[in-house]
Amino acid sequence: MQVLSNTVNNYLVLASILFAIGVMGVLVRRNIIIIFMSIELMLNAINLLLVAFSVFHNDASGQVFVFFIMAVAAAEVTVGLAILVMIYRNTGSVDINSLNKLKW
Amino acid sequence: MLQLAWLIPVLPLIGFLIIGLANKKLNKALVGIIGCGSILGSFLIVLSLLINVLNGSIQSETLTYFNWISAGSLDIKLSFLIDPLSVTMMTIITGVGFLIHLYSAGYMSHDEGFARYFAYLNLFVFSMLILVMGSNFLVLFAGWEGVGLCSYLLIGFWFKNNDYNNAAKKAFIMNRIGDLGFLLGMLLIIVTFGSLEYSVVFEQAQTIFKPGVAQPVLIAITLLLFLGATGKSAQIPLYTWLPDAMAGPTPVSALIHAATMVTAGIYMIVRSNVLFSLAPFTLEVIEIIGLTTALFAATIGLVQNDIKKVLAYSTVSQLGYMFFALGMGAYSTAIFHVATHAFFKALLFLGAGSVIHAMSGEQDIRSMGGLWKKLPITFATFIIGTVAIAGIPPFAGFFSKDEILAHAYEHSPILWVLGVLGALMTTFYMFRLVFLTFFGSFRGTDHQKSHLHESPLIMTIPLMVLAVLSVIGGFVGVPEVLGGHNFLKSFLSPVIAPINQHTEHALSHSTELMLMGISVGAVLLVIIIAAIVYISKKAVPSPEGSDLSAPHKVLYNKYYIDEIYRTLVVKPLYWLGDIFYKVFEIKIIDNFVNAWGKGIDRGSAGLRFLQNGSISFYMFAMVIGIILILFFNTII
Repeated sequence: MQVLSNTVNNYLVLASILFAIGVMGVLVRRNIIIIFMSIELMLNAINLLLVAFSVFHNDASGQVFVFFIMAVAAAEVTVGLAILVMIYRNTGSVDINSLNKLKW
Repeated sequence: MLQLAWLIPVLPLIGFLIIGLANKKLNKALVGIIGCGSILGSFLIVLSLLINVLNGSIQSETLTYFNWISAGSLDIKLSFLIDPLSVTMMTIITGVGFLIHLYSAGYMSHDEGFARYFAYLNLFVFSMLILVMGSNFLVLFAGWEGVGLCSYLLIGFWFKNNDYNNAAKKAFIMNRIGDLGFLLGMLLIIVTFGSLEYSVVFEQAQTIFKPGVAQPVLIAITLLLFLGATGKSAQIPLYTWLPDAMAGPTPVSALIHAATMVTAGIYMIVRSNVLFSLAPFTLEVIEIIGLTTALFAATIGLVQNDIKKVLAYSTVSQLGYMFFALGMGAYSTAIFHVATHAFFKALLFLGAGSVIHAMSGEQDIRSMGGLWKKLPITFATFIIGTVAIAGIPPFAGFFSKDEILAHAYEHSPILWVLGVLGALMTTFYMFRLVFLTFFGSFRGTDHQKSHLHESPLIMTIPLMVLAVLSVIGGFVGVPEVLGGHNFLKSFLSPVIAPINQHTEHALSHSTELMLMGISVGAVLLVIIIAAIVYISKKAVPSPEGSDLSAPHKVLYNKYYIDEIYRTLVVKPLYWLGDIFYKVFEIKIIDNFVNAWGKGIDRGSAGLRFLQNGSISFYMFAMVIGIILILFFNTII
């Protein structure tokens, strides 16, 4: 178990780094497509954790969740990209700072 | 007849409701019929009660209608007490009240507020009956406040005149000061006796307290009640509202401010005579205040030139006499004077009203004179009233006043001398009034002269009835020395506390006769003096603004009491109000309240920048929020 828990620690560290990169990407980048990619990165960091824990606990349900998350994320990206295309057509930009119309 | 007793106050109430609600939809004749008829109905029921009380089939009955207030051990019922005292008062109220209603129908016939006037008048009679009929202090207080309200409404009846409104407010506020005392007295009664029912309170008082021992509680109660009485009955120091109250229609002055409401204080003290008799200190205070008021007001009456003001100060003075009698423990004598005073003072006021009516609203006796030819009935009845108030036998005022003076002599000859002095002043100013108004030559304008006329029958009939009562009213209390029997005293004796029953005249008959002789002789002398001054020498009071001698000036300006009150009470209150307005209202309260508004305004102005609509900022805020939540989750 000692060996295995060390392995899990490695996964935890890797997932945290990936997640933090995702967060930073969302916060600092201005291109919406890159922000989307950063969100995917965060989701996949979580997926990685879920898989790691599922193996660690010998429980398959974690891996089932991963499939759900990937399916939902795919659907979400479809909708999100559709919105994005509309935004681009209307404003001619994918710069997030030009999207300050949530006030109205 | 007892089953019908509830109708006595309810009939005027119904009259008030009909007239008050229908108001201008009823024509004047109908208003007059309903207004007078409701009082007449009550009067008839009262008469039948009076007969029953007189022949002894009713002695003292408490009629309970429903529970009014019950809280813990306190239980106050709405109940009426029918006994000799309340029946006497009810007879005066409904009897004199009916006559004045009748007179009003004539006097007010040209007034556009005719219906409103009768509604108020009926409401007043209702309240006054509640006041005297209640079998506990709270019902009395309800009526007490009711008559105060009606007095306010009727003084300010012609509300378009601001002076009249101010007079109404003055009466109302001065009465409130007294009422505060009354209310505190009632609370103290509840605390001390645990009840407000007369029978319970008086019985307990006689068992708990022994006469002759100092009882601070009882003195406090009686002094507070007396404060209430000084307000309602216009005694020093709360009397200045009554002369101003003459702003109301004259029949109101007759009914409310001479015959009934102002005697409420006397009624209340007679009703609670058990308490007062156990507190001799309070009685002394009442005696002093009463006598002082009687003399004080009489001196002011000597120089007034407004026909109603003279009568108003006379009323204050006569009320002082009644309190003087109360202070000496002569309760039935006070009620006797209440009754006779109701007759002759109502008569005098109504007579004055008739004169004012003929003079088209003129009230200044300097512009009158020689009216007796034009107003023969008014003149004859007015003379009767004047003779009655002056105390010439066998008119009503003589017997009641003589009884008071006899009591005074018994206490101390000095009091008697002062009392006689007051009576002489009364005689002087009353005859001055008569001589200036009815004798000599007419001093008014030609227009007024051409307009002079005797009042219609509806106004003169009440005058005649009251004149008859002023002549014979005194015979219910003829003293023994004149071969009579003081009927009123024995009639009222069940109401008077046992410890007071000993106040029988201790004077020998010869002394009493001598006192009567002196006072009557002095009164006649004063009449002759007044006749010399105002008829033979044709003296007329100097016109407004002329130089007066210093004492005359002081009297004419009513000892500057109003001005003193203004300086001592009103101005400091205004000043205090000003301070409160400028410092507390504006500086403290306004700033406090506005600070909240401003604070929230500024805070929200800052917070508004958070909602800038930028997605990147929202996401940043969301991340910071999540981090904070995680952070707090770990430390809590």
